[in-house]
Amino acid sequence: MTAPAKSSKLVKGGNGEWEVVIGMEIHAQVTSKAKLFSGASTEFGGAPNSHVSLVDAAMPGMLPVINEHCVAQAVRTGLGLKAKINLKSVFDRKNYFYPDLPQGYQISQYKSPIVGEGKVIVDTDDNQTVTIGIERLHLEQDAGKSIHDRHPSMSFVDLNRSGVALMEIVSKPEIHSVWDAMNFVAKVRQILQYAGSCDGDMEKGNLRVDVNVSVRKPGAPLGTRCEIKNLNSITFIGHAIDDEARRQIELLESGGKVEQETRLFDSVRGGTRSMRTKEEAHDYRYFPDPDLLPLELDEKFVKSIADSQPEWPDEKRERLIQDYGLSLLDATKLIRERETADYFESVAKGRDAKAAANFVINELAGRLNKEATSIEASPVSAKQVGTILDLIAEGTISGKIAKDLFEIVWAEGGDPRAIVEKRGLQQVTDTGAIEKVIDDIIAKNPDKVAEVKTKPKALGWFVGEVMKATQGKANPQAVNELLKKKLGI
Amino acid sequence: MTSLTSLTLTEARDGLRAKKFSARELAGAHLKAMEEARGLNAFVLETPEHAQQMAGQSDQRLKKGDARPLEGIPLAVKDLYCTEGVRTTACSKILENFIPAYESTVTGNLWRDGAVMLGKTNMDEFAMGSSNEASAFGPVQSPWRRKGSNAPLVPGGSSGGSATAVAARLAPAAIGTDTGGSIRQPAAFTGTVGMKPTYGRCSRWGIVAFASSLDQAGPFARTIKDAAVLLRSMAGHDAKDSTSADVKVPDFEKAVGKSVKGMKIGIPKEYRVPAMPAEIEKLWAQGAEWLKKAGAELVDISLPHTRYALPAYYIVAPAEASSNLARYDGVRYGLSVPGHDITELYQKTRAAGFGREVRRRVLIGTYVLSAGYYDAYYLRAQKVRTLIKRDFEQAFAQGIDAVLTPTTPSAAFAIGEKSGADPVEMYLNDVFTVTVNMAGLPGISVPAGLDGGGLPLGLQLIGKPFDEETLFSLGHVIEQAAGKFQPEKWWAA
Repeated sequence: MTAPAKSSKLVKGGNGEWEVVIGMEIHAQVTSKAKLFSGASTEFGGAPNSHVSLVDAAMPGMLPVINEHCVAQAVRTGLGLKAKINLKSVFDRKNYFYPDLPQGYQISQYKSPIVGEGKVIVDTDDNQTVTIGIERLHLEQDAGKSIHDRHPSMSFVDLNRSGVALMEIVSKPEIHSVWDAMNFVAKVRQILQYAGSCDGDMEKGNLRVDVNVSVRKPGAPLGTRCEIKNLNSITFIGHAIDDEARRQIELLESGGKVEQETRLFDSVRGGTRSMRTKEEAHDYRYFPDPDLLPLELDEKFVKSIADSQPEWPDEKRERLIQDYGLSLLDATKLIRERETADYFESVAKGRDAKAAANFVINELAGRLNKEATSIEASPVSAKQVGTILDLIAEGTISGKIAKDLFEIVWAEGGDPRAIVEKRGLQQVTDTGAIEKVIDDIIAKNPDKVAEVKTKPKALGWFVGEVMKATQGKANPQAVNELLKKKLGI
Repeated sequence: MTSLTSLTLTEARDGLRAKKFSARELAGAHLKAMEEARGLNAFVLETPEHAQQMAGQSDQRLKKGDARPLEGIPLAVKDLYCTEGVRTTACSKILENFIPAYESTVTGNLWRDGAVMLGKTNMDEFAMGSSNEASAFGPVQSPWRRKGSNAPLVPGGSSGGSATAVAARLAPAAIGTDTGGSIRQPAAFTGTVGMKPTYGRCSRWGIVAFASSLDQAGPFARTIKDAAVLLRSMAGHDAKDSTSADVKVPDFEKAVGKSVKGMKIGIPKEYRVPAMPAEIEKLWAQGAEWLKKAGAELVDISLPHTRYALPAYYIVAPAEASSNLARYDGVRYGLSVPGHDITELYQKTRAAGFGREVRRRVLIGTYVLSAGYYDAYYLRAQKVRTLIKRDFEQAFAQGIDAVLTPTTPSAAFAIGEKSGADPVEMYLNDVFTVTVNMAGLPGISVPAGLDGGGLPLGLQLIGKPFDEETLFSLGHVIEQAAGKFQPEKWWAA
């Protein structure tokens, strides 16, 4: 059913190698101002129970009405997953009792999801790619939040999340390594962010992952799987899979049997522990929700969404490589977030693309990272970076000065060109002025002059001195040439 | 002034406009009649202040010549409709103190058109029943009695209170809901007109849900014309109900009195059930004859899957109900019985809050949706439903305009008579009406005669989707031929 994993991905056990088989369920909160079936707000962080409509509280006689925007978001995501959009899908009720589920059922899609099979291309850690199949994507309501630790004998319920739209994205069990699993989640998150259908914020719980793990001997039929629920960071996903695979291998190698069950990952102590066994699993009594008609979309609706989507990450990366001659690595870094790629493109327009890519990746991204700031909030605009690059290209400033200039613009803002003029940061290209400085240094350092005759590498010391004396403004090329001439090397 | 209670809805409408009496007088007369008839237990809540206040507003508009379609008309409302600020219980202990903060779309439409609320009527708990005996407020007594007997009879159900209010002249008209016959069967038992419109004709928003794919609001009245006028105000598309149909609401009143000449009336052979009393058989033939006399053509038809409708209905309806009633968990509103943990709170609350019939249907519904049983029960019932629908579609495709059947297989029975150990005996009351809900079609029950014991019997007309007009035209022919039926007043305060 699934292709065997490459031998490099096999896990060594005590008696031979094992293959890990991983499937994922990603729960992504749909970016939408209103909930999936009620007009209530989805804003995060409101006072408890302040974003609850009569529908969300399941008052008698209340009825759900589908939010068209959420449907469009699911379709857009489906397109990003290169998946089949089902023009007819059905909402079902998943029945179970819990205080944070006011209706006593969750409206979800069971047999007929809005999005069918698709695929995601994932970069592997050895610079290859692997294609992971998508089984489906469906829309469903989130539950509210139960709070059990505020009172010795009571629990509290906050229904602000109740009814918020989620997309559940289910992969095929085609992932065979921890790295691929982590990269898969990162890639899906990137697609969601490109679609604008989910912000991917795992800290806020806007992206949660359930992982199904089983192990088998290469070529053997699929083993019994365990599901690890509710992982909320990519690192935890990696640890959870690793711990769970090891647990299963040890169990099997010591003659035990893996029981199908739901497990929880302990992020503090590591390892997974049993939450409920198959026997304890709920019977959800799914059936089509009679309050909602089947969801029917027309081709025009799907096309209008496809037409309005700018570009998906894979296409963008390919284009950056083609159009700008970037390396795969640089292009990969630039497309990680759509905003970074957009920033790069506006900097690169009419300029040397490689220089633009370097500056954005090294100077800008490095600085943003240091300050934990997003590119949208960058204090230095693409236009300002462009001007800095122009100043370098014109020879007005050196690369080193450019870094200082960037810092000034970061801290104080302003037009880089004006700053250069005002602070006299222009490169000294006047050979007469540089010669004067060089003559002075040669005169004061006869020992160094003697040394450089035998050790040409000592030239660097002279360059440094000249730069120091000119506050870095001397044109490095001119300095080099003049030094060589004057020292006779 | 007591004669004001004998006016039909349209008579009262015209009288108000001609300023023969005021809306307050009209409301007052009915409120007084309600007081006198408390022994019937038709109302679970009387709302005299509301009524007088709304009637006062109507009087002002009538004075200005600014009357709306139902200006000043007093109405009784089944306690399944949520009414803003007015206790709404579905006649269940679990909602005994529930006061909605919102108004159902249908009642909202009625108040928009000037109607006046008299009170909330009794019903089987959560509309589950065919006799009104399954109410947390106790049974309703029919205003009808068998000749020579004082034995209390059921008014039918689940909308027994609304039917009784109209039959006993406590209200000129009322609204009910019909999931498997809950309007048409009590209408037949009480000699009133009751219609279940096409599924989607009226909004379900704000009506406590029983079985979402079957529930539909509808009118009770003493004449076909009144039912037509009332339905027009109730109906209309509602964006808050995804199953509400975006179709134009015609002026139904205009269909009343229209010629039925050339119409083809289907007489389905499958509705001739074993043990059906001869007088019902006779009445059915009589009804057909009346329509024929008026120029309609009678056609024998077959609706082959009819016999599977009742069992399929008693799978689909409980399945939906088991899920719809999950929200009554004692956590947010309604009855809450504490327990040592959440599971015990659920168990105690629902055991104390739901009556026997509701518990039975929740259990049946839970069972038929369970893993391993879903395909055998629920899925199969849905397939049967499709076949029942197709039976009707094929009949209509043959050129049939409407189908004529008896409404019920018997006249009203005594309180207690069918509430024994076997619930199926009660369920059999719905044998002729459930097909209509399963197919989503409009159906009307028209009073057509009395049985040997002097109890009313009804005939049912079933129409094409959104063709209630044809039913009003045909119903009017039966009404004209059969005359009207009124119980003798034996009750007093």
